Amino acid sequence: MSKPIYFDNHATTPVDPRVLEAMIPYFTENFGNAASRNHAYGWVAEDAVEKGRKQIASLIGANSKEIVFTSGATESNNLAIKGVAEMYAEKGNHIITAATEHKAVLDTCKHLEKKGCRITYLPLKGDGLVDLDMLRDAITDKTILISIMYANNEIGVIQPVKEIGKIAKERGVLFHSDAVQACGKIPVNVVEDGIDLLSITGHKLYGPKGVGALYVRRKNPRVQLTAQMDGGGHERGMRSGTLNVPGIVGLGAACEIAQREMPEESARLRALRDKLRAKLEASLEETYINGTMEHRLPNNLNMSFAYVEGESLLMGINDIAVSSGSACTSATLEPSYVLKALGLGDDLAHTSIRFGLGRFNTEAEVDYVAQKMIDVVNKLRELSPLWEMFKDGVDLSKVQWTAH
Amino acid sequence: MAYSDKVVDHYNNPRNVGSMDKSRTDVGTGMVGAPECGDVMKLQIQVNSATGIIEDAKFKTFGCGSAIASSSLATEWLKGKSVDEALEIKNTDIVSELALPPVKIHCSVLAEDAIKAAINDYKTKQGAPVSAETVSH
Ligand SMILES: Cc1ncc(COP(=O)(O)O)c(C=O)c1O
Repeated sequence: MSKPIYFDNHATTPVDPRVLEAMIPYFTENFGNAASRNHAYGWVAEDAVEKGRKQIASLIGANSKEIVFTSGATESNNLAIKGVAEMYAEKGNHIITAATEHKAVLDTCKHLEKKGCRITYLPLKGDGLVDLDMLRDAITDKTILISIMYANNEIGVIQPVKEIGKIAKERGVLFHSDAVQACGKIPVNVVEDGIDLLSITGHKLYGPKGVGALYVRRKNPRVQLTAQMDGGGHERGMRSGTLNVPGIVGLGAACEIAQREMPEESARLRALRDKLRAKLEASLEETYINGTMEHRLPNNLNMSFAYVEGESLLMGINDIAVSSGSACTSATLEPSYVLKALGLGDDLAHTSIRFGLGRFNTEAEVDYVAQKMIDVVNKLRELSPLWEMFKDGVDLSKVQWTAH
Repeated sequence: MAYSDKVVDHYNNPRNVGSMDKSRTDVGTGMVGAPECGDVMKLQIQVNSATGIIEDAKFKTFGCGSAIASSSLATEWLKGKSVDEALEIKNTDIVSELALPPVKIHCSVLAEDAIKAAINDYKTKQGAPVSAETVSH
């Protein structure tokens, strides 16, 4: 079997060949430790790291001194949230986040809750956006941090980051944003957006896995963090550990390419995404878009296909790699908590598919995927007792189901 | 998730898909599950009331591939069995025939429930003292 068509670019992206090419010498001839200050191997490595720092900083409008390298966004989120909670414990113990954050944020907050922090998990509006009034009302004099993601990994919805940044600044609260899905896809600027801490990872923007960064503001205000790992005091004491030089080179190169090609790439992906949506909607009734289309990453489409269960849909399109909010496809056997947070019933959450387009997808692939989806949805609806009832005019919400 | 060849076969070529007129007295209908749980099975049998033999069986299922396969297999097994023999079908038989993994056992349970519900419905109809059909004769 040839490899499935890859439409799951929110999960991870392939490394761009140009990125790989930049990385290779740093595994072999330029293998030095960036902390070796007294010989050429170290200097070469350090130069490469500093170049990477600049490339990342440039993508997000930061100063390269504000970039702390990590092993990925999970670590960046942990470091940002736990680091602030510990450092600012005297000032307060309250953190505000949202119900649709990535687990790396939510579970970090749950951990802090056990240690005596108070966490507010903001509910989302039906379109997937944070309610700014609710955010304002949630802030107390004990609030030290707001952590709201830039763009969501399931529904691609982009939060009103600038407004959140303003509110945070007005109230003297730090603002952390998990920008993993946004960086390299849409313009992100920590100055204009008023962000104090920002998480980024290599493998979502055509860089390598296992490397990421945390932006930590140095001025207005100067943000301090309690390190979460003890060791050699690398990265201004915020993150010990020998730097992953080839990874950093790769992350840097990926950021530079993304910044340069963003206008063209985002327009191309938006057109492909819109074509996919139009084709599906033209041929299939009873489809629902999850989350607002108005504030959304150009490469994301999240759709529910009513009366067709998500896992059976995935089985029918097994030459296409996508993901589903269906319970059957998750380890927990629970449907997507993100879709549930939008107020979507479990029945529609079970029927959702996330399409994540990427740099290497083509129009021919979009045409193929659209047709395949249409065929499989139609076939499964022929099999679906719910579809039959819907067609017979039965109101499914009034049926007495034998829940088990 | 990897599916067994038999599950894939039933998914690709589901047997006995369809619906029967559920108002008929020789038809028993079982509908089990709930949309919020991610699976709903509708299973129907048509019984020769003279012999008590299930002459036809049909299904429609909303659910994962294993749920579709379990109900498709159930219709195959039901045909030609007497109602009492049909009650002997156990979910564990379905599990072993389809090589279902532990997380999919609930699909086989649902199929067994659907069989029982269909037979129950049929028996209730048969037990009814005067059916609409006989009156009109
Ligand atoms: C929004 C978001 N945050 C954090 C992560 C975790 O990133 P990493 O895999 O680099 O730890 C991901 C990816 O899974 C993500 O999509």
